[in-house]
Amino acid sequence: MSYFSYPAAVLPASAETLRAEVREFLAVELKDRGPLERAQSWMGFDADFSRKMGARGWIAMTWPRAYGGHESTALDRYVVLEEMLAAGAPVAAHWIADRQSGPLLLRYGSETQRQKILPRISAGECFFCIGMSEPNSGSDLAAARTRAEPAEGGYRVTGTKLWTTYAHHAHYMILLARTEPGERREGLSQFVVDLATPGITIRPVLDISGAHHFNEVHFEDVFLPADSIVGQPGDGWKQVMGELAFERSGPERFLSSFELLKALVRVLSEDPSDMAREQVGRLMAHLVVLRRLSTSVAGMLQAGQDPQFEAAVVKDLGALFEQEIPEIARRLVGCEPSLESQDRFLNVLAYTTLAAPSFSLRGGTREILRGIIARGLGLR
Amino acid sequence: MDDVNGIVAETATRLLRDHIEHRLLVDAEAGALPGSLWNAVEEAGLTHAMIPELAGGVGLDGVVAANLVRLLGYHAAPLPLAETMLAARLLAEAGLVPPCGPLTVAAAGGGSGLALRRTSDGWHLSGKAERVPWGRVAGALAVVGDVGGERVVALAATADCTVARGTNLALEPRDTLTFDLRLSPAQVAPASVGTRELKLMGAALRSLALAGALDRVLELTAGYVGERVQFGRTLSKFQAVQQSMAVLAGQVAAAGGAADLAAEALAGSLSFPRIAAAKIRSGEAAGIAAGIAHQLHGAMGFSHEHVLHFYTKRLWAWREEFGGEAEWSRALGAQALRQDADSLWPFVTAA
Repeated sequence: MSYFSYPAAVLPASAETLRAEVREFLAVELKDRGPLERAQSWMGFDADFSRKMGARGWIAMTWPRAYGGHESTALDRYVVLEEMLAAGAPVAAHWIADRQSGPLLLRYGSETQRQKILPRISAGECFFCIGMSEPNSGSDLAAARTRAEPAEGGYRVTGTKLWTTYAHHAHYMILLARTEPGERREGLSQFVVDLATPGITIRPVLDISGAHHFNEVHFEDVFLPADSIVGQPGDGWKQVMGELAFERSGPERFLSSFELLKALVRVLSEDPSDMAREQVGRLMAHLVVLRRLSTSVAGMLQAGQDPQFEAAVVKDLGALFEQEIPEIARRLVGCEPSLESQDRFLNVLAYTTLAAPSFSLRGGTREILRGIIARGLGLR
Repeated sequence: MDDVNGIVAETATRLLRDHIEHRLLVDAEAGALPGSLWNAVEEAGLTHAMIPELAGGVGLDGVVAANLVRLLGYHAAPLPLAETMLAARLLAEAGLVPPCGPLTVAAAGGGSGLALRRTSDGWHLSGKAERVPWGRVAGALAVVGDVGGERVVALAATADCTVARGTNLALEPRDTLTFDLRLSPAQVAPASVGTRELKLMGAALRSLALAGALDRVLELTAGYVGERVQFGRTLSKFQAVQQSMAVLAGQVAAAGGAADLAAEALAGSLSFPRIAAAKIRSGEAAGIAAGIAHQLHGAMGFSHEHVLHFYTKRLWAWREEFGGEAEWSRALGAQALRQDADSLWPFVTAA
């Protein structure tokens, strides 16, 4: 009867205890963090904060203890993530390693890679970036041209990666490169690259707000030892697709503008008009339902299922929600967003307005996601 | 118990699938009750599905019972079954015996035109109950009343009331019943719910029905674009169509999530934020989805002969009933705006 199904995920009792602990921790740690900093959501970078999270056992939560993990459930992890994001905690330093690169190494990495890297990620001391996109390969990832030519004892890499978030702070990159001749999806492999390796140049790429998150990472005949390959040579495409499916439905896909929603409620609550009540109520309804769908996907992942279509739907709906908030906020308050003003609401509105275009670009554009959803409907 | 749940869901699916065909939906637009289908669902015990075990029910899981309403929506079932299930639950929970046959619900007090008063020897029900679902075919109403500070449920027979017929956009009966009726003390009982809860329950039922009709609208539209050929290929091969279908599927998924919240609330504590969120979100999805479905069905889907309108008209009707998005949004927003901004997130996680 339904094309996509979202079974109820029941948060375990442990999750609610954990939620209280996280809130207590955040109340102390974020005491001095202002709204504009919080509005950065999961782009906020603070290595000290990441180390503290590691010490609390809130990174690598679901991984095996043997690699520094804590063997909690995906739902416990979900609770920690949503609390961090709702509070505007600076989680960017460990974010990619925890969400994407660590799980990749756990699944496909060699024993040596796991032993060497995973416990450091768990401790909040080892940060990753993702080397997938290139100047001529964005949504069309299979067009990647960076080459890793087999050489004595390893590979020699030449090419350029683009939009590499926080490469300038990361210790490692998971690199997607062509190791063999082959068309499109064939011949791609993944590597774990120490960014201190000679021949790598990292240049800033500023976003529309002038902020530096992105980079261009150039590889000029960089030597990578043979044991830096992740998984099997030629399996890069398959591995990457698995990796992406796991990052499309988390709370980060609908909470990016939550700080603005809070700021809006703060402004409106003094003397709310009917229109204000109506708009805020509508946004709350959207949020409650998105959270319901998103926890359901977390539950399916915990149960070992592959909810790729359900996850794509959550991300598509979540981005619409995140992008609507600044538009609704400016209409309700009737003001000019400003980063210079002393008014915290205007600051957050300005920041979120400038950040919003990225919400339906990162992690798969709206058009790509809708293509995936159409495939789930059997249309292509 | 899982057996009972499975059997009831399966029976309902079979009955609705076997009985409801195009002709029946066309005939129902004239406002009559499809008798043989009604008899079949009543015989199968579906009218009592929402009665809790403690109140004499068969012990069906509350969420399973609620999801029967989603199934009714999926089939556009032209029956007051959701209303009868709710009325039977309200009566049984108050210790009254639900009569056989179609039942419906109404509120007395709480701003309605209907008043329930104590008299020296019992109760008196008077005034107008407006837009009562299926009022013309219901043998009795469960009237939920806020009387003074007291909450009561009355079993009010319709035999002596006058009926002014009305319909919603889907031509389902929404009648105005005028009462001037004496009720014996045995027909009125103290209740654990009042008019506010009745509205919550009604909104939850409509959210579920909306989600069901949306499931069908998505299915019909996916089927149509997969078959209809223009410019030498099926519509489903056009990227513009695929993107619209994805938007439609997203709205249907959101309404499904909303309906799940409504089902749990209906089976549990009648949480206001959950039901409000459900009605708001499913109502919004209904409008967007109906628009896309008609767009993709082209002129074909705009004809009365096509089945699409049986579902889309219900979407447009049900999203307004028991409170539309604007009303519920204002109520939910008022509650959210009473929070300290830092309590906004705990408000969400507690919903």
